[in-house]
Amino acid sequence: MSTPISPLILLHPDDNVLVVRAAIRAGDALDIDGTPVTAAQDVTVGHKLARRALAAGDKVLKYGAPIGSMTAAVDVGGHVHMHNMKSDYIASHTRQVVGGSEGGH
Amino acid sequence: MGEMRGFLRSDGRKGIRNVIVVAYLVECAHHVARRIVTLSDDMDVHLIGFPGCYPNSYAFQIMTKLCTHPNVGGVLLVSLGCESFNREALRQAVAASGRPVETLVIQQAGGTRATIEAGREAVGRLKAIAGQTPVAPMARHELVVGTICGGSDGTSGITANPAVGRCFDWLVEAGATCIFEETGELVGCERIMSDRAVTPELGAEIEACVQKAERYYTIMGFGSFAPGNAEGGLTTQEEKSMGAYSKSGSSPITGLIKPGDIPPSGGLYLMDVVPDGEPRFGFPNISDNAEIVELIASGSHVILFTTGRGSVVGSAISPVIKVCANPETYTRLADDMDVNAGRVLEGKATLDEVGAEILGLVEAAAAGNRTVSEALGHQEFILTYKSFEPVGPACLPTRAA
Repeated sequence: MSTPISPLILLHPDDNVLVVRAAIRAGDALDIDGTPVTAAQDVTVGHKLARRALAAGDKVLKYGAPIGSMTAAVDVGGHVHMHNMKSDYIASHTRQVVGGSEGGH
Repeated sequence: MGEMRGFLRSDGRKGIRNVIVVAYLVECAHHVARRIVTLSDDMDVHLIGFPGCYPNSYAFQIMTKLCTHPNVGGVLLVSLGCESFNREALRQAVAASGRPVETLVIQQAGGTRATIEAGREAVGRLKAIAGQTPVAPMARHELVVGTICGGSDGTSGITANPAVGRCFDWLVEAGATCIFEETGELVGCERIMSDRAVTPELGAEIEACVQKAERYYTIMGFGSFAPGNAEGGLTTQEEKSMGAYSKSGSSPITGLIKPGDIPPSGGLYLMDVVPDGEPRFGFPNISDNAEIVELIASGSHVILFTTGRGSVVGSAISPVIKVCANPETYTRLADDMDVNAGRVLEGKATLDEVGAEILGLVEAAAAGNRTVSEALGHQEFILTYKSFEPVGPACLPTRAA
């Protein structure tokens, strides 16, 4: 079944990320600014994909405003999240920070 | 839907509810107060309280503002007897507001059973007096509306928050008072926000209070960012901030207030919820209800609560309207939500349409309709230790003028 509307939205013309508005499955064919991209993984609603290739240190723009910096490179259509991006203000934390399940301290 | 109406209070404000609050003045009196409320079995008898035995002027101020809130028609104070809360000063403040108030001291009333029994009788008397409060038509400009986001995700800043922003714009245009808050969730937006201040001096105060929040949260070791935010697609504090900021709409910012300050006129106000001075009592707000309580203490009749992951909370004293940002969450938790703002993502509604729906629900609540969380009996409440300095003169330029 084809998706009636694009699963990605651009919030501001200056942005270099797109927001997922309908869940994406690995293997889905995506169109990112005219570039065909195959989704590498499942991505749920509310997450971000790169609108263009980004390098470590690049500012990430959403709502036309900087929301942090890349810590690793990502290809067009790649998932942009905590594994490759960080705050320029206060570090974000996950549940594992306290009483973690990582098997150590 | 009926017309908006308010219970007329002696200070001229109008309440959209006529609640009896039962307030415990230390955790040791909590159980007795809760039993009084539970046995009253009345949706308009609410439990509030302060757990600490040490005095705190912030907690006293918030309790006073809550007990004299326009939605409150009568107050029963429940004291153990030896705590340091100044129960007599609170009783006098409530009495001076023209409301009926009674105090029960467990150590003098004969203990748990006797105090619960006396409390049930007191609630009956308070209700009878509060029931005679005159009711008058209420206009949009008399509304005070607060907003908060909780359980935010990557959809919050695209659907629910900007829809609340639309609603705020229309309310402010009509002369109403709107309050947004959580300066720790505005880190990264301080420049854009200060440009909207009605004076440059207010803009400078706004920037300074966000810098204070950033410093405070850095010392605490955590931003205002929960693991669920990340699971929902938000990566950084400033990304969450940009989304949260859109709740404020696009009106000029009229003033900067602190918890318990009553805005002096209509307009859009930012509430600075981060304590002043060196951090002393821990996290500024340990959970969403701590912020809701502060918005209510500053006079909010109704709270607009946006959520992506799916919060279910309501509040004591003022009804909470829940605006769900994420269409998948709405499907799972439809019975807990007033508004499905996720329709915007599905292309089924515009932000203006959702904003108009929210405004309609504010007016319905002010006409006496129960919100979803209110009908489910949600009356969460939490109040902890904090300390604040009064706001400076630049924070309320319209009053200074």
